[in-house]
Amino acid sequence: MSGFLLAAALFLLLTIAAGMVRVLRGPTDGDRMLAAQLFGTTGVAILLLLAEALAMPALIDVALVFALLAAVATVAFVRQRGEREADDD
Amino acid sequence: MIDGLSILLILAGLVFFAAGSAGMLRFPDVYTRLHALTKADNLGLGLVVLGLLIRAEALAPMLKLVLVWALVLVAGAAACHLVAQRDWTRRDREGDL
Repeated sequence: MSGFLLAAALFLLLTIAAGMVRVLRGPTDGDRMLAAQLFGTTGVAILLLLAEALAMPALIDVALVFALLAAVATVAFVRQRGEREADDD
Repeated sequence: MIDGLSILLILAGLVFFAAGSAGMLRFPDVYTRLHALTKADNLGLGLVVLGLLIRAEALAPMLKLVLVWALVLVAGAAACHLVAQRDWTRRDREGDL
């Protein structure tokens, strides 16, 4: 069972690698931020799978922190861009 | 029995994650990409959480798993609105020029 869980985590890692293409291409920075959000959600899933596969329940707490940080990152991104544009005007 | 059901649920979750990533790469603009991300991914995570939930023994880890999913759902919805609103106002401004 833990072999299957590790394979699933590896598969999710591959989808993250595919999402990197979107970070590189853009075209807008909104797209890049969306890709980062995708990494957040997928990273949470990977951590939950690893927590079960490796029998390390502490990783669930790490996933909890990941989920929080992904939200904070997006809010910081939106705020920062908005203020810079207000300055430009 | 529980292992089989768990594998089935996790595999279904992986399919949704793959669909979300494919949409992320294939869809033409920010709004359609938002649509792909915030729905497919959160559903995929929900299925993975469900698959792990039926394997958990104690109550505390189960509650924590559900809490992680709920947090990701709320954060995803808020982030989706923020990014979409930011893009929308920027487009309006560029249209005025």
